[in-house]
This record gives sequence, structure tokens and C-alpha cells, in this order.
Amino acid sequence: MSQTDLLHELELIEKEALDAIRGAATPDALEQARVQWLGRKEGRLTAVLRRLGELSAEERPRVGAAANRVKAAISELLEARAAELSTAKELTVEDLTLPARSAWTGARHPVTLVIDDVCAVLRSLGFVRVRGPEAETDWYNFTALNTPLDHPAADMHDTFYLGDGILLRSHTSPVQIRTMQAHQPPIRIVAPGMCYRRDPFDPSHAPAFEQIEGLVVDEGISFVDLRATVAEFARRMFGPGTKVRFRPSFFPFTEPSAEVDVSCTICGGRGCSTCKGTGWLEIMGAGMVDPAVFESVGYDPERYTGFAFGMGPARIAMLRYGIPDIRLFYESDVRFLEQFA
Amino acid sequence: MNISYQWLRDLAPGLEGTPEGIAARLAMYGAPVDAVAPLGAGLDDIVVARVEAVRKHPGADRLSLCEVDAGGGRLQVVCGAPNVRAGAYYPFAPVGAELPGGVRIKKAKIRGEVSEGMLCSERELGLGRDHSGILELHGTYTPGEPFRAAAGLDDVRLEIDVTPNRPDLLSHIGVARELAPGGVAGIRLGPVAGLEGPGLYEDVAFERVPREGRAGGVMVAIEDPRGCLRYIGAVIRGVKVGPSPAWLAARLRAVGLRPVNNVVDATNYVLYELGQPLHAFDLDRLAGPRVVARRAASGETIVTLDGQRRVLQEDMVVIGDAERAVAVAGVMGGEDSEVTESTRNIFLECALFEPKAIRRARRALGLSTDASVRYERGVDPDGLERAARRALALIVAVAGGTVEREGVDVYPEPRAPVVVPIRPERVTHVLGEPFDAAAVAGYLEPLGFRQVEASDGGLRFEVPGYRVYDVTREIDLIEEVARRHGYEAFPSELRPFRVGAVPEAPLSLLEDRLRTLLVARGLLESRTAAFAPEGEGDVALLLPLSSAESRLRRALVPGLLRRVEHNFARGVRHVRLFEIGTVFAPGATPQDLPVENTHLAVAVSGARTPPHWSGEAAPFDVWDLKALLTSVVGTLGLGADAVRPAQNGVAERPYLPGLSFEVFDADGKKIGHGGRVAPDAVDAPAWADPVWAFEVRLDPAMAAVSVPQFRALPAYPATERDIALLVPEDLPAARVEAVIRGAGGAYLEDAHPFDVFRGRAVPAGFRSIAFRLRFRAPDRTLRDDEADAATERVLRRLRDELGVERRA
Repeated sequence: MSQTDLLHELELIEKEALDAIRGAATPDALEQARVQWLGRKEGRLTAVLRRLGELSAEERPRVGAAANRVKAAISELLEARAAELSTAKELTVEDLTLPARSAWTGARHPVTLVIDDVCAVLRSLGFVRVRGPEAETDWYNFTALNTPLDHPAADMHDTFYLGDGILLRSHTSPVQIRTMQAHQPPIRIVAPGMCYRRDPFDPSHAPAFEQIEGLVVDEGISFVDLRATVAEFARRMFGPGTKVRFRPSFFPFTEPSAEVDVSCTICGGRGCSTCKGTGWLEIMGAGMVDPAVFESVGYDPERYTGFAFGMGPARIAMLRYGIPDIRLFYESDVRFLEQFA
Repeated sequence: MNISYQWLRDLAPGLEGTPEGIAARLAMYGAPVDAVAPLGAGLDDIVVARVEAVRKHPGADRLSLCEVDAGGGRLQVVCGAPNVRAGAYYPFAPVGAELPGGVRIKKAKIRGEVSEGMLCSERELGLGRDHSGILELHGTYTPGEPFRAAAGLDDVRLEIDVTPNRPDLLSHIGVARELAPGGVAGIRLGPVAGLEGPGLYEDVAFERVPREGRAGGVMVAIEDPRGCLRYIGAVIRGVKVGPSPAWLAARLRAVGLRPVNNVVDATNYVLYELGQPLHAFDLDRLAGPRVVARRAASGETIVTLDGQRRVLQEDMVVIGDAERAVAVAGVMGGEDSEVTESTRNIFLECALFEPKAIRRARRALGLSTDASVRYERGVDPDGLERAARRALALIVAVAGGTVEREGVDVYPEPRAPVVVPIRPERVTHVLGEPFDAAAVAGYLEPLGFRQVEASDGGLRFEVPGYRVYDVTREIDLIEEVARRHGYEAFPSELRPFRVGAVPEAPLSLLEDRLRTLLVARGLLESRTAAFAPEGEGDVALLLPLSSAESRLRRALVPGLLRRVEHNFARGVRHVRLFEIGTVFAPGATPQDLPVENTHLAVAVSGARTPPHWSGEAAPFDVWDLKALLTSVVGTLGLGADAVRPAQNGVAERPYLPGLSFEVFDADGKKIGHGGRVAPDAVDAPAWADPVWAFEVRLDPAMAAVSVPQFRALPAYPATERDIALLVPEDLPAARVEAVIRGAGGAYLEDAHPFDVFRGRAVPAGFRSIAFRLRFRAPDRTLRDDEADAATERVLRRLRDELGVERRA
């Protein structure tokens, strides 16, 4: 056989072998192909290599180089195809519709979520968070807040006493007093925290519950500032279309006092079961700081004015997440808490 | 406070608007209406019937056969009520009628007798709870006339939520003042049926005396002028006590009261109309006859109208006769002197008591009444005489009798007028909108505030008696201006403000970071009440809700374990909770506030990852707990060495010895502990996995964040050496590691255990711990012999200092 014949044979081998290898659909067919072309005994390329000796010394290197190139190409493709086939094997046995491996999902408590949102909105309006003790004297909880202990207003919430004049705060308002005692205006604070009232657990009451207090004191703060701040808060908290309504009310430590309603977050104000058909949800109490409160902390009520507001994050969480019973918040049922991840 | 729509319109004749419209206006004046309830709803089918004859049912002892005229001939009706009698009028549901509950009346045979309709009780009509008999209608009616109109039920009840500062709204006249067009000038006391004139009894003179006087021959005295501020008395002789006429009964029912008898009903009418409590005594049962307002004697007792014997205290005000207490002043009358069917002569009390005294008595006796509610909050001191004349007029109209001309008005210290100045510029300052004197007066005068001349030309108003309890200062008047201007009439545009001078609480920032950390680790935040049983707290509540809630907790973990149990009890196996909350310790003395600390606690049980089909996840173990604890401690700014095995393996409750940790702050003070919860400390079902928990105290100082400092990345490769060591069981791995690090030299970059092994080829009492040592020089590639020499040095020091040998 001549040099030309061998080169032609190599060309054919390369083409046919590569086609065959590409066409091999199973590892067995691939092995068959390997034996057919590269097998020690029968392999067609092996046969060509054996015949290199028949060539002249001048011809041999050229054909040898070509044979080696073809052999390398076939080997490479065999390897690649083998890898393809083994990958394909894995793909065919795995059902990718099966669920993924996962980690436990953690969650903040829904009441924390509301507190965090309220504080974040208020922070964007210049408020910073402060704290106060949960056990208080009756002076901080009542007297300093213009609530004489023998006044019917002190009946508005039945209080847990710990001793003579020592109680669990029934609202977060004592933080107002402590903040004003420790600092001079301007004051712009928000104080979330636990409060306690002698209400046994029922669907809408808990003996320990969260409240968020806000206080602003400076020269020239007016009722219009209160309305504007609360309205801006409500829009940022509940959505830009939220409407706000102020109704006169009574708290001993603010005057004028107001209940604040927002347009129902569920029905948008058309009336539904959540808002009992009124279109409004009561979300906070608010008012201008009573001059008597300023007097109790040594502020000059002629110089300073201010406003305060308070809201219950558990109630807001009930409205926001559609939770019918406040007790669910305090049971720590994993199946409940996981819903807020 | 229940308000009758019709009654309101009688008092404010020009008042326009539907009940719903009026409710909406009241809400915007500060008296929200909880319910607008049409009375007699569902009673359209009910008529008035006259029972003509009653005989016994032949087949049943307790039933009667009644001959009934309901406007269309005689019907036979079977009735089970004991009070049915011939000649009386009753509400009647004819065949085909529907009752408020939805029951339709059918022609029926009861024990063999035909019944063509039903005579109804109060409860069957949804008018009250009484089901002891059928509802007898007093007065004269036309059989067949619609019951709703006949019973005065063409009315709507407004249930008003009155705030404690507004006792004036606990009456129809007070609500009318808020609403009447043109203000208080538009209020009229309506004439009452059967009575001529404006409805006030004029033919009596109340002589004003400071301490003691006479009314119709009765001596009346105030002995306790601090408790009883004013006492008006009058005598009516020859009354005929009986049921009230239909109109009066209807008015009382409209506000939710049960008619009692004409005299008592008349006083209740005035209470609801004018807000003035009154009490009628049976004059013939008053010893003396003498009436005195005095302090109770210690141990004195009285049987009140509700039949209860009550022991009085010295700080209570009572009304006494010549011998004994006949009423707890301002709270409730006594049974002995009660007006009954046999009463002929009446002594009428119209008094003013000091609010705090009434509040004390009400609290001590646990007895809240229509009278005490009003006296506690404040009754109009100027309204007594009018209320007395109104009540006398009503009593005479409905019960007959003659009023003695001689009345008395014991008034030890007539009150001084309350005059409050108000500066329009201050109104503008506080409210943020301009108000001038005319605008201020325009809002205040219709409410009854009277402008008075002031020598300095300032604006001043005299406060009407019914508002003296809540309006005493300028700010109170400013609130009235804002309220009547309408809160919604104020703009709400955001104006510039100054930032505050108060810094953010560091603990709040720290809590944020801890929540973020633990939520990322898959934990769920728990919130529990701070109450604990006696064994779990040192600060006691004086009046706890239950013994399980009698203390304030000293730690969070016990409460969190109850939450784990709660989940176990509901079949939840994988529980992973954390809580950040307050714990309490007693103050230094009982006069000091308890000491509060903020703690963080974790409790976990179940699989460390969610179950997956590829294989079962292992339960949480001690290394998971240590990992959580270490990452929390890291967030607190403390190093890994802050977490140490409990001393000598002795565990604090509720942890198991040998599997518990202690946590120390930078000063070496213990701030927490954790570990495997002892099985007897948690009530777990058989399928539950071990429970792990820890708790640490947070300190505001821990919120300080240390800023990481950059270290240059290594430029040369590292060389590693592994050494397996035989370490006695009682020698902590941490000590071995410390010696390695100490002996490793300048190029030892890291040393950490990567395998712990017991068993084959390891002698008893030992374990094999394999450490991987990584060496690196910062400025060149380290030679092998340098790493070998350092490793040899480490092994030598381990042998010398700890007696630890390399495993063969």
C-alpha cells in the first residue's frame, strides 16, 4: 500500500470513527466503537499503524504524524462522549421535581415586624428609639401624667401593683416623663415596649401587650404639626392613599386629645367586616402634651409645646395579617410563627 | 350611656338629622356612638290585645285558656304565664306573625285546646330578659293597635361611649347641648303628659340654709360638709304607688332601664334626662323624721336595695334617719326605707356629693350604680333645684299626691364661679391656626360658657356648672375651641422641624442585630408574658390573675420551655424559638423599683434541618447549641472563650451536667448559661428529640461595634502538617490547642482539630485528637524542614507540658 492510500485510509477512519462515536447512544455502543477503531487486535487504526513499517523512511514520519493525530482525535472524542453519556445517566435517574434540600426558615414575631416598620417610618421622620422600665412608680405611670390616683381616669385601665406605689406600667407613656427629665428639647422619640393591665386573656385582650409611644417637644409645636406628622406616618406605614381622621377624645396627659382613624386597609374605606362597615380603623390615641405634664418635669409650658401619640402594634398586626385572636401572638406555636418568615 | 333619639329631639326641638347622622356628629364632637339600635325591631306584626276572660286549661294545671280581643273578634289563646288576668292589655302575636327571633306563630293545638296566637313576654319580643310572665301594658289601648307605637318603641337607641372627663354627657340634656342648633339657648324641657306648663313644679320653696333646715316637717342636716356638698329635700304626701304609665315605661325601656314603679321611674327619668341622681324615701319609715348626711360609723351596716347586707367604713358618707343609715350616699338606698306599693308619703332627696368620697365607697363596696357613676365623675352643682322641681312635677303627674310648700336647700358652702381666661394668641400658638376673640367666643358661648368682663380687657369665660369638672384652665378652653372648630377642619401639612437631642437606645440596636442573626439561623421569635409561677420569679404581683402568673420571671428559659411543651402537645416536633425580653429581680428595698434586665434566650428541639427525602436529618446536638451560643456571644462583642463548659461539669437547673455551658462577659462576670435541658424539666412526648436551651443577659455596652481591621492577603503558599495526639479524656482539647499555638512559632498561622477518635488502637481513658497545623511565612515560601522543625517543637512541648504523645 502506498503512502497516499494510507493517508486516504486515515482520512476515512477519522470521519467514520468520529461519526460512530458521536452516534453511540450507550456506554456499550461506545465501547464497541472503541474496539472497532482502536482495539489492539481488530482496530482499523491499529491496523494502519502496524503497516507503517511497510513505508519508506521518508514516508513514515508524515503518515505516522497523521495517524497519531487521528488517534488523538478519536481518543479525545471517546473520552468526551463517555463523559456525556455518564452525565446523561445521572440526569435520567434524577427527578428534578422533587423538593430541594433546605434550611430552617426563621422569622421575626409579627408584632416585632409591625414595631420595626413603625419605628423605621418614624425614624425617616426624625424619631429615635428610647426605652424605659416596665416596673414603675405610680408617680411616673399616673401622677406625672396628670392622672390623679383617685380620678376616674385611673380606672380606665386596671393596674398590676407590685408594692406600695410600685406597679407594672399600664402604658408606655412614663417613658415621656423619663425622657423629658433626662433631656432638654428638642425631643423627638419613639418608645416601643411592654405594658401590663389586669385583663385576662381573651380574643382581643392580653394582660401583657406591646405599645409604641411617640413624643415631640419643642418651641412652636402645634396641633397642625401633630396632624401632619400622624398623617405622614400613616401614609408611609399603610400606603400613600391612606386617609386619616382625627376625632376628639380624652387622655389625662394630652389636651386637646384625639383618636386617630385611618381608612380601612382591607376595603380602602368602602366598608367591610374588618372595619365593621365604617370604612375606618382606629389605630392610635394622640394629643397635645398637657401643660401639667410639662410642669411635672420642670419644663416651661409657656415656652414649650408638644404632642404625643400611642398605638398598639399587636392590634395593627391583627389588622395587617388578618389574625382573629390576639392570644395567637403569645402562644409561640411554631406553625403560627413560621407564617411570618 | 344610652340615649333615646326621640327624647333628644324633645329636648332640642330644632334638631335635624337621622339617628345615624346624629351619631356621626357626636363622634366628631368626641362622643363616639358604639351602636345605633332601632327599638322594637322585628315587632311590626305584634299588636296590643285585651284579655277578656281567663279560665283554666282543662288538660294542664299550669296553662290558662284566654279569650282575647286583638281587634278582630274573639280568639282562644293558650297561655302559660302566671300573671295573665282578664281586663289587662298585653302584646299579642297573631297567627302568621313573626317574632324577632324569626319564629312564626301558627295555629296550634296545645294539650287538646286550639290556640290562635301568643301573648308575649319581654324576652320573646327582644325587649329585655324577663321571662317570668307576659308583658302587661299599663294604661288604655285599642285592641289591635300596633304594639310598637303603643309601647313607645318608635324610637332609636344611641349607645354613646362617654369619656371620663365628660360626666355632663351622661344625660340627655348634656348630649342635647352638644347638638342643639343655636346651642344651649335652644334646649327645652318638654312638658310631661298629664301635666300643665313647662314640666317643672313651681309651688315649692327651697329655703337655702347652711347646715340644717326643715322640709315638710322633716329635719334635714348636713353633718359632713366635705362629703355632702349640697342637699335639697322635699316632701310629697298622699301618693299612689303603682305601675308607670306607658309613655314613662317606654322612655325608660328605650334607654335600657326596667320600669319599677311610678315614683322610682320618675326619679330615674330625671336622672337620665338631667343627669341628676335622686332618691325617694318612704317618709313613714324614716325615724324622727330626720334626714342627715354624715360619715358612717365604724362597723355600721345597711341592707341595700339589692338585698345585700353591707358593712360600712368610716370614710363613707351615709344618709341616716334619727336612728340608722338609710342609704349609702350617692351609691344606693336602703331596703328599709324603699318606696313600695304601700308607700303613701315620700321624702325626695336631690343632693350633691363629693366625687372622691363616692368613688371610695363604690370601690370599697364593689357597687357601681347609675348614681355612683355620675357622682364620681361630677354632677352639675347648679342643676339640683331644677332637677328637684322636675322630679316633683313628674311624681305628682304619675303618682298623684301633694307637695309640701316647705322645701329645703342645705348648702354649706355655695360654690364660687369658675372664670377662666383665654388668650386668642395662645389658642393660635397651640392649635397652629389663627383664632381671634370673636372666633373663640363663637365656639364657647353656644356650649354655655359665658363671656365675662375683665378689667384688663382680656378674654374670660365663666364655666357652666355642668362643665366645672373638666374645664378649669386655659388649655381646657382651647380644647373646646379645637373640638367645636372640628379637628378635621385643621390643615395637616408637614412643617419644618428640628431633629431631637435624645440619642438612640443602644440596647434597641443590639436587639435588632440579634434578631437578624437568629432569624438567619432559622429561629422563630417568641413573645411571652413576663408572668411566672412562684418558683420562677422573685418579684410578686399583689393581685395576680392566677397562681401560675403570680410572679415576674427571673429568667426567660422556663417560660420558653413551656412554649416548647405547647408545641409538643400539638404534635410539633421541630421547635426552634428565641425570645428577647425583660426579667426582674427585687429592688434593694421594698421602696425601690425592681431591677430589670434584658435577656435573650433560645430553645430548640427536633431536626437541625428540615426533613428531606434524601436522608434523615440528625437532631440538634450540643455542637449546634454551641454554634448558636457562640455566634450570639460574637454579636455581643465577646470572643469564643466567653463560652465555657460548666465548672466541674456541675450544671445549673434546668441543664444536664456534662452538657452545659456558662457564658462570661469581658470582665469575667457570668452573664448566661445553656445546655441540654434535663428530661425532667420539660414535659415531652416519647417521640420528641432532646431540648437544648441557653440564656444570656444583654447589656447596653455590648452594642458598641468594633470595626474590623484589614489584614494583607497572604502572598506565599502555606505548608500543612497533621498530628494525631493521644489526649486523656480529662484533658480539655482547648488546653492542647493552647499549647500548640504557644509552641508553634511565628509561622504557625492556624491550628484546629479536624478529627476526634476513640476505640481501636486508642487506649482506654484516651481519645485521639488530630490537629491540622498550617505554617506560612509572610515574605517567602517556607521550607519543609522549617515546618518539620516547628512541628517537632510542638510535639515536644505537648509531651513536656501535658504529657501528651503522638499517636503511633
